[in-house]
Amino acid sequence: MRRSFFEASARDRLLELVDAGSFRELIPPEARVSSPHLAMLDQPVAFDDGLIAGAATLDGQPVLVAAQEGAFLGGAIGEVHGAKLVGLIERARAERPAAVLILFDSGGVRLHEANAGLIAVSEIIRALLAARAEGLRFIGLIGGSGGCFGGTGLIARCCDALVMSEEGRLAMSGPEVIETVHGVEEFDSRDRALVWRVTGGKHRYLLGEAGALVADDIGAFRAAAIRLLDAPAGLSLDSVEREHALLAERWRRFGSCDDAPEIWRALGVPPGEDVAMMSAEDFVAMAQRCIGRPA
Amino acid sequence: MRRDEMLNALFPAGWEPAVLEPDYFEGRASVGATTVTVIGTAEHAEVGADLALRMAAAVLDTVRERPGEPILFLVDTKGQRLRRRDELLGLNGYMAHLAKCVEIARGRGHVIVSVVYGEAVSGGYLTTGMMADACYALGDAEIKVMNLPAMARITKIPLERLEALAQHSPVFSPGVANYHRMGHLREVWTDDYPRRLAEALAELAATDAASRRRDRRIEAGAARGGRAMAAVVVERVRSDG
Repeated sequence: MRRSFFEASARDRLLELVDAGSFRELIPPEARVSSPHLAMLDQPVAFDDGLIAGAATLDGQPVLVAAQEGAFLGGAIGEVHGAKLVGLIERARAERPAAVLILFDSGGVRLHEANAGLIAVSEIIRALLAARAEGLRFIGLIGGSGGCFGGTGLIARCCDALVMSEEGRLAMSGPEVIETVHGVEEFDSRDRALVWRVTGGKHRYLLGEAGALVADDIGAFRAAAIRLLDAPAGLSLDSVEREHALLAERWRRFGSCDDAPEIWRALGVPPGEDVAMMSAEDFVAMAQRCIGRPA
Repeated sequence: MRRDEMLNALFPAGWEPAVLEPDYFEGRASVGATTVTVIGTAEHAEVGADLALRMAAAVLDTVRERPGEPILFLVDTKGQRLRRRDELLGLNGYMAHLAKCVEIARGRGHVIVSVVYGEAVSGGYLTTGMMADACYALGDAEIKVMNLPAMARITKIPLERLEALAQHSPVFSPGVANYHRMGHLREVWTDDYPRRLAEALAELAATDAASRRRDRRIEAGAARGGRAMAAVVVERVRSDG
């Protein structure tokens, strides 16, 4: 039976993603470690500060795992939330698990503690990349209701691989921010189809930003994460030079494109294919057939 | 400070520009006995996919052609470019790529220093200056996520309340002094810039590689009383159970 990743809470997603009964939380809510800065502003706090972190197994292999709760202040990163992620990455550098899984659901830096949040994002990126250079594997999963934006979008693209659902959204600035600054002609944030074409999982998969596109089903995310435990990982001069060539080529070919379907057609998606309406399975099969995306 | 004034102040003997455009520059400069690669943004540059890619190329060129040469980021950016086109191409991927290039340079022995001389806002700063081994700012520079009136609008907390709290708390309001107290900046420079830059480079060059690569900002934030929780939380998650 399908269980929606989009609709589930961060805790339910995490518990159903890893092997049943294997999760052991670090600083659980009972420890009541919440944000002192939200309390100072008389704002509601969460006893896990919107981030659940711990150890588990995935398909029998040891992993460390974190999940952001998009329903708490948009999953935004503050001091405690960010420090939990830094601590988890440091723990991984000592324990050497098979992978670190991060279930992203966050709009970026938490404005109520903006300086702490911004610095934390940079600390997470530094720790994560240093760990990758030591051979640790990071898998990001994006399919929550809050999407993955701002500093969190940067952290996600520092991972070895991303699994996204069609409902998942990944970008730097949210459409609302762009609309506020440059007007509705630049980006109509209420045009859901446009927002989906620019930031959604299918577009990110066709571009090569997401390594796997799955249905909105926690079981499908789990299966994709298990497959990625054996995929190539690591960060080296060779790997960044390859990425540089790909990104330069993308900019050269598509730098003047205005909307996603132009890019899809240039990549080889036939004009007759209705990308928006396809199931995840049919879409991935089409992408493999037409543009040679890996399974 | 504007770019020309900053360059004259930082490099009184001059520098060798390789690229000098209104909002972007690259080149090399001598700092004491050391030659450094300079990569900079100017005029509150917007960092789009193309600019992130150029900075990444500049870092990779340095790694390939001048192994071990220190890299100095000189920062003046109003943040990421807010355009649909950049998002369509995956701006966050371009910026993350730049961060990876800096990490590769660090791992191969390049000392990385950054100095904010204009303004540094969120996304434009995260994958350049904030990736340095040691981050500095000039006294009249500005580092921020958002100004207080905009923050008040979005969080629905009255501006007067935020302004009053900002007198004591460094955690949400703009300013280089706050970023120093939070542990992010090693120092804020108000005079004698050439000497301070030379000392910063010499100190890093004298530090062993493993120690230089360790991010010590959480410890610094705790020691300065600006960020007490992070150190405690990192330690518990790292070593509990």
